[in-house]
Amino acid sequence: MAIEAPVVTRTITVTVNGKARTAEVENRLLLVHFLRETLALTGTHIGCDTTSCGACTVLLDGVPVKSCTAFAVQADGMSIRTVEGLLGDAGLHPIQQGFHEEHGLQCGFCTPGMMLTAVALLEENPDPSDEEIRWAISGNVCRCTGYQNIVKAVHNAAARMREGS
Amino acid sequence: MYPATFEYFAPTSLAEALSILDRYEGEAKVLAGGQSLIPAMKLRVVAPAALVDINRIEDLDTLAANGGGLRIGALVRHKTCERSTLLAGRYGVLGATAPQVSDPIVRNRGTVCGSIAHADPQGDWGASLLAIGADVVVQGSQGERTIALDDFLQGPFATVLQPGEIVTEVRVPDPGPSAGGTYLKLERKVGDFATAAVAVHVTLDDGVVAKAGIAFTGVGPRNARAVEAEQALAGKEPSDDAIKNAARIAAGEAQPWADHRGSVEYKRNVVRVFTERGLRAAVAGARSGGGGS
Repeated sequence: MAIEAPVVTRTITVTVNGKARTAEVENRLLLVHFLRETLALTGTHIGCDTTSCGACTVLLDGVPVKSCTAFAVQADGMSIRTVEGLLGDAGLHPIQQGFHEEHGLQCGFCTPGMMLTAVALLEENPDPSDEEIRWAISGNVCRCTGYQNIVKAVHNAAARMREGS
Repeated sequence: MYPATFEYFAPTSLAEALSILDRYEGEAKVLAGGQSLIPAMKLRVVAPAALVDINRIEDLDTLAANGGGLRIGALVRHKTCERSTLLAGRYGVLGATAPQVSDPIVRNRGTVCGSIAHADPQGDWGASLLAIGADVVVQGSQGERTIALDDFLQGPFATVLQPGEIVTEVRVPDPGPSAGGTYLKLERKVGDFATAAVAVHVTLDDGVVAKAGIAFTGVGPRNARAVEAEQALAGKEPSDDAIKNAARIAAGEAQPWADHRGSVEYKRNVVRVFTERGLRAAVAGARSGGGGS
């Protein structure tokens, strides 16, 4: 059977940080480009662009994924949380507060992905050990901090979240 | 990096997925976790005319006991395996593999069946599933066939999968009541491919090795069994000498190449050491009634 003229775009609706966003996108559009270019949410960074560094990590239905390694069309009907969605009415999210207090960043390039991975960890495990934190963030590369302060920042956030602040 | 343009389908049934694959006569690719396919598309190593995203098909994400063995469906993620209590004890070789595949974020998406279909010689699941003697179930519009994994894998990124077929399941046979195993992998850092890795599975019967499965990652053109080392152990008591001997044979069977991860001699020695350690752990696990990882 002959193949008809190819259809290479699709209209998708994705809930991003609680808001439904509808757009017509090319099938080949990567999720990270959808966020950064279509929706102008540039807090999600492109690091290695080869599935290695985790800088582009976002939560897809609550699960950390590398948004450079998913197509926007795959997220149709799903919900996404990016770093822009961490800030609440009460101010910084506990993980942002933790990174701030413990100096969990220097250049900040890995920080959005690092924080989203940490948020997913803390939702499952409110009181992780050093080892569990290091294991959880082992797909997120930081070239500045040596990770020490990132681990402290996650502990700091965990304590805040347990206290319900 | 931008992949070449393609058509995208997200069927909700296997029959629909198969009919799309047929229609594209080999020009369409199946998208499951996408953690190997999407990077390859971004590098334009592959440029399929269409993607058939199987993520919206129900019932493909089953990880369950099946008779005495296991079924691992096409959408079972590495993470599901990492967290599953099923993959312990007698399935220790699989349980030990799951947390060593790539990194935690990739494991959230990537699938066992996808890894097998991709057939990367550096893939981890290929070795552990060879060691435990798994079969691959594939479906096409002409029906279903079950292929021993050892026959399924043909070479680097090459399998006997036909263009219209989908790997729907991996089937793990009953390892018997007294079995154990582990997967030992040397990697420079989390997420790197193995410098060398060895999967070991042992089933004991009355203190004697009824079945030994030994298979490699990253030291040959495909995941491959160390058949002679396996045979050297079969029917024997797993003594210190027998284990050391099998490890020496396994090292000789590996086909490493020199690269930035190490020399041929180095990788061969890693294979010997890991086979020895792996066999000890597997035997100890089997003796304690299943385990080893």
